[in-house]
Amino acid sequence: MTIFYILLIFIVIASLIAVETTDLLSAVICVGAMGFGVSLLFLFLRAPDIAITQIVVEILGLIILIRATISRDLTFISGDKEFFATIVSVAIVFVIFLAGLRVFETLPEFGTPVFAERPDTASQTYIREGLAKTGAANVVASVILDYRAYDTLGEATVLFTSIIGATVILRRSAKRTIDTLRPVSPS
Amino acid sequence: MKGMTIIVKTISSWVKVLIFIFGIYIILFGHLTPGGGFAGGVILASSYVLLMLAFGSDFVQKDLPLALDSKLDCLGAFAFIMIAILPCVFGGAFFANFLVDRYGQPFELLSAGTIPLSNIAIGLKVGASLFLVIFSLAVCRKGAELDDE
Amino acid sequence: MPYALSFLLFVIGLYCAVVKKNMVKIVLGILIMECAVNLFLVMLGYRHEGVAPIVDRTHLESKAALDGFVSIAVDPLPQALVLTAIVISLGSLALMISICIRIYEKYGTFDITQIRRLRG
Repeated sequence: MTIFYILLIFIVIASLIAVETTDLLSAVICVGAMGFGVSLLFLFLRAPDIAITQIVVEILGLIILIRATISRDLTFISGDKEFFATIVSVAIVFVIFLAGLRVFETLPEFGTPVFAERPDTASQTYIREGLAKTGAANVVASVILDYRAYDTLGEATVLFTSIIGATVILRRSAKRTIDTLRPVSPS
Repeated sequence: MKGMTIIVKTISSWVKVLIFIFGIYIILFGHLTPGGGFAGGVILASSYVLLMLAFGSDFVQKDLPLALDSKLDCLGAFAFIMIAILPCVFGGAFFANFLVDRYGQPFELLSAGTIPLSNIAIGLKVGASLFLVIFSLAVCRKGAELDDE
Repeated sequence: MPYALSFLLFVIGLYCAVVKKNMVKIVLGILIMECAVNLFLVMLGYRHEGVAPIVDRTHLESKAALDGFVSIAVDPLPQALVLTAIVISLGSLALMISICIRIYEKYGTFDITQIRRLRG
């Protein structure tokens, strides 16, 4: 597990560089490095489904981010807000971090699943009866498409809505229609 | 976007086929091996994104027009809803797996009832919608350049 | 220890989203927070020396083999939740980036304080 901790520290360093660098393209590339590190961590945590999805999603997200930043003139605007607001924000974030550390002391040790302690919990039932009830060897597929298919339906709805929002915001022809309609409306 | 040099075009037109076949494999074997509709759909979208980056957006619009793309998106969503509603017709609950014992044994490609069908619907929907948004980003930037000129 | 490191990642993303005034930096901060939350959820289901939750033919031969598999398999429930969350994060990233591009075309800058000044 030494490599696991090294990767975790690498991810934290990459995100720190992404936050603090002044060049936007470097920040985007550092976020990409962080995403690939996270997908490797999912492999170490025995989650191959999520590793595949994360690595492909990270590639498409990098394409979107680079498209947004690559040919803009002002790529190096950085810097913080006013001094007082920055100090207050950092203090609040630090307090949140300390409170979170206190919460994590109450959790069980890393390496013991939180939701699967007793034999009659939902996770144990899924693993034990997933193949017999649904016929799928991959337990994650049987959970997302059979036991909890409502989640997937909601996910499809959210994805549909966000994509429609993005295409409507990016469309050009609608603006021209409003411009041509404008002289008609006052009369 | 005019596209890149001929070396990039030749290689990407070969690699695109391999990525597409890999995406179909990930979707179809989603109930046996790691993968599934989400990952396979994003891989299908990324194959067309590679084609768009190499050849330019006009070439891709001939290959996969925008109207057909949004129709595929709606078809995926409609198929998923129909898979959810059909068990109600046959006397089950919403999203019940009504085909599970009708065909196939475990560990075969044709098994697991409605799960492969849902995988195909989800993969179609995710791939079409993600390609749609990236295509809109590319066309928007092109329109901005035209306005500047 | 790994819980604390993933929470540190979340706090870095929160700092970036609150303090920075570049819009793309704020989007990157939100992406970092999403990655941290996904990582934390998957860590909750990890088991030492565990195996991936995929049933094999050898697990079906006897009841003892199935019980052994159940006792060493990783929890599949957080993985299923995270699998949907990752794709949603890509959709929301596309929405945020398209809003950023629109604002850049209208005001010519990514700076949120400049946008406020031009409007007032």
